[in-house]
Amino acid sequence: MSVQANSVPLSWYLLLSAILFALGVAGFIWRRNIITVFMSIELMLNAVNLSFVAFSYQLRQADGHIFSLFVMVVAAAEAAVGLAIILTVFKNRQTLEIDEVESMKY
Amino acid sequence: MDLIIFLICSVIAVACGINLVLQKHPISAALSLVGVMGSLAVLYLLLGGAFIAAAQIIVYAGAVMVLFIFVIMLLNAGAEPAGRKRSYARLFGPPLLAIFVLLIAYAIQARLPRSEGVQFGRFTGGSPEGIGIKVFTDYLLPFEVVSVLILIAILGAIVLAHKEIR
Amino acid sequence: MNFFLLSIIKAAVVAFVLLTTLAYLQWAERKLLAHIQLRVGPRRVGPHGLLQPLADVIKLITKEDMIPSHVNKFFYLLAPFIAVAFALLPISVIPFGTEVDVGGVRTWMQLTDLNIGVLFILAVSSMGVYGVALAGWSSNNKYSLLGGLRSSAQMISYELPMALAIASPLLLVNTLSLRAIVQNQAGWYFGIIPRWSIFQGPWPQIFAFIIFLIAAFAETNRVPFDLPEAENELVAGFHTEYGSMKFAAFFMAEYANMVTVACLATLLFLGGWQPLWSPEYGSNYFPAAAFTVTGLAALYAGLKPARRLDKYTLPAAAVVSFILAGLFFAPALNAILLPLFWFAAKVGAILFLYIWIRGTLPRFRYDQLMHFAWVFMFPVAMVNLLITSLLVAIASK
Repeated sequence: MSVQANSVPLSWYLLLSAILFALGVAGFIWRRNIITVFMSIELMLNAVNLSFVAFSYQLRQADGHIFSLFVMVVAAAEAAVGLAIILTVFKNRQTLEIDEVESMKY
Repeated sequence: MDLIIFLICSVIAVACGINLVLQKHPISAALSLVGVMGSLAVLYLLLGGAFIAAAQIIVYAGAVMVLFIFVIMLLNAGAEPAGRKRSYARLFGPPLLAIFVLLIAYAIQARLPRSEGVQFGRFTGGSPEGIGIKVFTDYLLPFEVVSVLILIAILGAIVLAHKEIR
Repeated sequence: MNFFLLSIIKAAVVAFVLLTTLAYLQWAERKLLAHIQLRVGPRRVGPHGLLQPLADVIKLITKEDMIPSHVNKFFYLLAPFIAVAFALLPISVIPFGTEVDVGGVRTWMQLTDLNIGVLFILAVSSMGVYGVALAGWSSNNKYSLLGGLRSSAQMISYELPMALAIASPLLLVNTLSLRAIVQNQAGWYFGIIPRWSIFQGPWPQIFAFIIFLIAAFAETNRVPFDLPEAENELVAGFHTEYGSMKFAAFFMAEYANMVTVACLATLLFLGGWQPLWSPEYGSNYFPAAAFTVTGLAALYAGLKPARRLDKYTLPAAAVVSFILAGLFFAPALNAILLPLFWFAAKVGAILFLYIWIRGTLPRFRYDQLMHFAWVFMFPVAMVNLLITSLLVAIASK
């Protein structure tokens, strides 16, 4: 691939998006605080946004930007409701560890 | 110049992402996520998405993450205590993730044509005009549906956080 | 000239002027508040207290830089950085005047013109909330936390009416670049009424201007919305645990926010560097005339001075005014100074309004403040936007 000083191969953007997505998955599975798990989900959504914008550049159309905008809006709505749910869980269980919210297990 | 900015921003993004996964305290993790969003905004600018970059900072980093930080401060979430050793996750997790990334990288390299690179200024359709035209002609229905979705989310959040006055 | 070198020179000039303005804005605030409250304000350090900002800077720099032991060190030190950085950043896209020719170099009196300039300023001001929130939280102090949370909740609540109030004149001028917004407000109706956004058809943006000013007061945490940092409320709110240079950083950030918001109001609503009436009716001679009249008034007041030292300082002020008036007659400087005069006059008027209101109004209680934002300001801003867009759509048929 041609790498001059003023152009970046598109595959590098997609690779960065994949790395960020993998980091989001790692955080989602590994961490035990509910809020940090939620933030890993946001990291995954951001990685996907980067993919959308990169492909939109390749196809020279703004559709990818529109998708990305809608993803942002849905993420904002999800953050609002999700954080309200977290507040309710905290009020009822007094804990923020996802391992301890297990009263419906078995 | 594009290459230098891309390298700096991607290194910052990956470093903040790793920091998000490794930090014990939720506030540090939240600020790392803000760092990721900031560097992604610069990358969007390089890809010609001026409006998306501004929307990322205004909406995502400036409102959604502030909401996260509020909740962390209100709930007084402390640092995560050291947990029991889950050896499976620690042992197999990072190698599997690395394999996942390598697979994706291979798929990208195999499928993508290698003709051109990304240069700042070559794509101008991401300006507010371009986005505005697209949103209000091709994507008008999704736009309206998404606004109804936000209304539902607001109602849901209010109902959930409402204190019952007995 | 080399673009890089030119940008560095312009940035140095703008930074120097901005920091001096911030220091003397604080002097002006203290003197004006004092005169509103029928006292005198600083008058010992230099004539009429003009060296007081210098004394304050020296004091703040040489004070012992203390970090309390109970704070979260990293965020405690990061918060003033964030506050100052994001407060000083918007000045880079604000146009102070037209394109000028300085010694053979043609350049605009603006550091850079982004074609999403307004969005850039909105983005940077949304990021300024982090400085306040982190300062309040990292201080490990319940008053700071409460003040920080209240302050940041207030700032993000008032961002909404501010953004809607900004969107309304953008519908009239049809662009997001600040330079183009000002150029769009050129011209006069009948040579007398300027085509500024607050007078422009099809719907004069006077309501948007008022909403923007009120939201701006809340954004910059100024009276009547300064409950989170008032001295007789939560100790000192989010900057309780800060001293010396870090406290100076927060103060600098507050004044820089004020200046940014005043500049934005001027550019969007008051026509930026466009003069008040047409040059064919003589508006080009107004600055010189104004400075001459000021000098004559200072001379007259110097004849029967109230204090002994004023026998010398008031005639000195008169001489300075006459020199400034004379500068406007030099043709080389005229092109630079005229737009700059009108811009500075409008920004100065808005800053005077800020200080005047601080000396006059009581403050809102916190729940009244939030209720006002969500129940009154947001619907009114929305209705204004709807009317503007409806009339613009009808008028463009």
